[in-house]
Amino acid sequence: MSTVEAVITSIQGLSASSGDLYALHDVLKGAVDSLRTDSELQLSTLDQLDPSKHSLGYLYLLDVLTYGPVSKEKVLLIARFINACDAVQIRLASEKFVSLCKRFKDKVLELRDPLLGVAPLLAAVRKVQVSTKRLTALHPDCLQLCLLAKCYKAGFSVLSDDILEVDQPREFYLYCYYGGMICIGLKRFQKALELLYNVVTAPMHIVNAIALEAYKKYILVTLIHSGQFSISLPKCASTTAKSSFKTWCTPYIEVGMRYNDGKISELEAVVVANSSDFEKDNNLGLVKQAVASLYKRNILRLTQKYLTLSLQDIANMVQLANAKEAEMRVLQMIQDGQIHALINQKDGMVRFLEDPEQYKTSEMIEIMDSVIQRTIGLSKNLIAMDESLSCDPLYLGKVGRERQRYDFGEDFDTVPQKFSM
Amino acid sequence: MERDDESNGPMMELCTNGGGEETSNRRPIITGEPLDIEAYAAMYKGRTKIMRLLFIANHCGGGNQTMQLEALRMAYDEVKKGENTQLFRDVVSKINGRLGDKYGMDSAWCEMIDRRAEQRKGKLENELSSYRTNLIKESIRMGHNDFGDFYYACGLLNEAFKNYIKTRDYCTTAKHIIHMCMNAILVSIEMGQFSHVSSYVNKVDQNPETLDPIVAAKLRCASGLAHLELKKYKLAARKFLDVNPELGSSYNEVIAPQDVATYGGLCALASFDRSELKASRYASCLEYLGSLRANLLLDIHLHDHVDTLYDQIRKKALIQYTLPFVSVDLSRMADAFKTSVSGLEKELEALITDDQIQARIDSHNKILYARHADQRSATFQKVLQMGNEFDRDVRSMMLRANLLKHEYHAKGRKP
Repeated sequence: MSTVEAVITSIQGLSASSGDLYALHDVLKGAVDSLRTDSELQLSTLDQLDPSKHSLGYLYLLDVLTYGPVSKEKVLLIARFINACDAVQIRLASEKFVSLCKRFKDKVLELRDPLLGVAPLLAAVRKVQVSTKRLTALHPDCLQLCLLAKCYKAGFSVLSDDILEVDQPREFYLYCYYGGMICIGLKRFQKALELLYNVVTAPMHIVNAIALEAYKKYILVTLIHSGQFSISLPKCASTTAKSSFKTWCTPYIEVGMRYNDGKISELEAVVVANSSDFEKDNNLGLVKQAVASLYKRNILRLTQKYLTLSLQDIANMVQLANAKEAEMRVLQMIQDGQIHALINQKDGMVRFLEDPEQYKTSEMIEIMDSVIQRTIGLSKNLIAMDESLSCDPLYLGKVGRERQRYDFGEDFDTVPQKFSM
Repeated sequence: MERDDESNGPMMELCTNGGGEETSNRRPIITGEPLDIEAYAAMYKGRTKIMRLLFIANHCGGGNQTMQLEALRMAYDEVKKGENTQLFRDVVSKINGRLGDKYGMDSAWCEMIDRRAEQRKGKLENELSSYRTNLIKESIRMGHNDFGDFYYACGLLNEAFKNYIKTRDYCTTAKHIIHMCMNAILVSIEMGQFSHVSSYVNKVDQNPETLDPIVAAKLRCASGLAHLELKKYKLAARKFLDVNPELGSSYNEVIAPQDVATYGGLCALASFDRSELKASRYASCLEYLGSLRANLLLDIHLHDHVDTLYDQIRKKALIQYTLPFVSVDLSRMADAFKTSVSGLEKELEALITDDQIQARIDSHNKILYARHADQRSATFQKVLQMGNEFDRDVRSMMLRANLLKHEYHAKGRKP
């Protein structure tokens, strides 16, 4: 019996229960090398297997088949496999699955058809994930395809999980960076800010190109979302970041400083001066959005001081061209829900109203309740993390070593002697 | 606060009534008329007289030649009575021959003074060294003190200061310490180093003995001046108002009693809450202050602060005006403050931005409406915001901790 046939029969036979699956896995692992050189193995051989029942075996064979150049037919086959396979079986050989998917993604990109890969990779992420809290290697790839195919909503569904555990920093940076870009595309600036913030403040020893690009976008999104620019990074950012980012991002920092001053004409001058830099980084659109947001910010400030104001006055104070433009902008802001106001066209007056939210409705109570629940859940997570850390042998070892340096007396007597190295 | 209001009362009348019981020739600076330099200078003695006259000469503006020359003439006469040749030379160069031969350079006098100074210096040095060898504490103290006085008269203020400080090691009684501190304060004021002034005033205060009321008043004046220079107007006002009126002219090598009143009144206006200012008085009060401005600019200590103080007074007036009302007609307010409605709008806008007034402007009808923040919704908003922030921060923290842990494990496993 040739190897291929032998393998096929074992797959068909041993794919039933979990005990059999372990045995099958060993068989497959042993057979990999011989399968690679065997010319009998063709795509058609796979027809004998059912991807959902024999997922593990299918995976191994598919992996061997796609080792060399991959044709479009193979790509479609992989897509079908990913959609149909059984998650439990896949998780036994997750690295193989991940590398298969990455090869799939590269091929899809080569074929310039990212849309083809979006749905399969979404499914793949869900199947490989052990828990929704943990980041997998496939998350960034999935997001990348969504970005290129402009399927922002699909990407967003991946982002709505709370990631708390991370294995590989690089995957994490890419995840946050792509995720941030998707959120910007959907105009969900709050979430984009969160993700970009995570990259910018992540611990790092050398300057990371991904983090640098993320920082540039972070500056622009802060301007759009909260209208404040501070030249210093958040306190928790790594020292490498604090010292080196600024030198690489000077045009962005200039934009930020001009924004803080609040003068539209100066801001626009800076943008025009540096537009080639912005274009190189593909950030010109974002910069233009930031400039537009400055007008909004200035109009918002006016609502704090005035009860009614003529459109002409608004135009003068915010440096718009004429009253018509002021009217358009105010109308836009009312529609977006950013201000509450009434426009009286006869007098050319705008009347600013207070926020009608009374915080008395049942929806509001539900929102508050959910926030409280989340907070309680997070606190529990924190406590669990703290507990697991205090049992970690590496940590205890370090504490034991430092024990001589910091004589805390009673506190650390609980650390057993064997950890004082 | 009540005490301040009481002592403010007479001071307020000083400003708004523009007169008071005292005769006009004793209060030359508080009227709106041009300064009577002779009367002004008569209030002071010593070095400050000369410095004030020079200041007036420098700042009274190019057009006012007569005033300038008058000041310089008096400065010349005063300097000749003393021993400061450097100051003499300065005055002469400023006069520039405009007052005729009698007020030209008198080199003979300079040389004589310089020679005398050298001789005196030599004598003092000899005396001091002999005292030192004899190790008589009291004499050494007197010797350094004399040196200090000598340098002060010559205009070498740094040396004077150093010598006064040196007497500290030889002070035996509280009186000596007070004497030293007073001298140090005097020199520091002349040098313009007001931080020293504050520290020496504090030194005297730490003295357990009760002070002579005149000395105490002097100290308060000095400390008030120091606060004024540091732009701490509220503290300055407090100090000036605490000054005992018995002080009279006993501290006029530094400050005249009128100055105490003026400085104290202005600072108080700018910084205290004025519940007594009624609506009808705003216009006249501000007008009056406006007329005083020209003369106040000629005062050596107030010069740098007049604009700031006036600005603060105006702002306070605006705030106080709007405080009791739910709505205010802007045109009437503009009349009260002698400004246009659009100008008033801009001023009010600035005050609202700084959160000094809680109100909003109805630009259409030109009315200012008071606006009281809704505590309840503000609280709700804040709570929700905090919840979200906590959420974000904790999740970020956990991620970072995770990344660090991963790094640590990676390092730990390496051999």
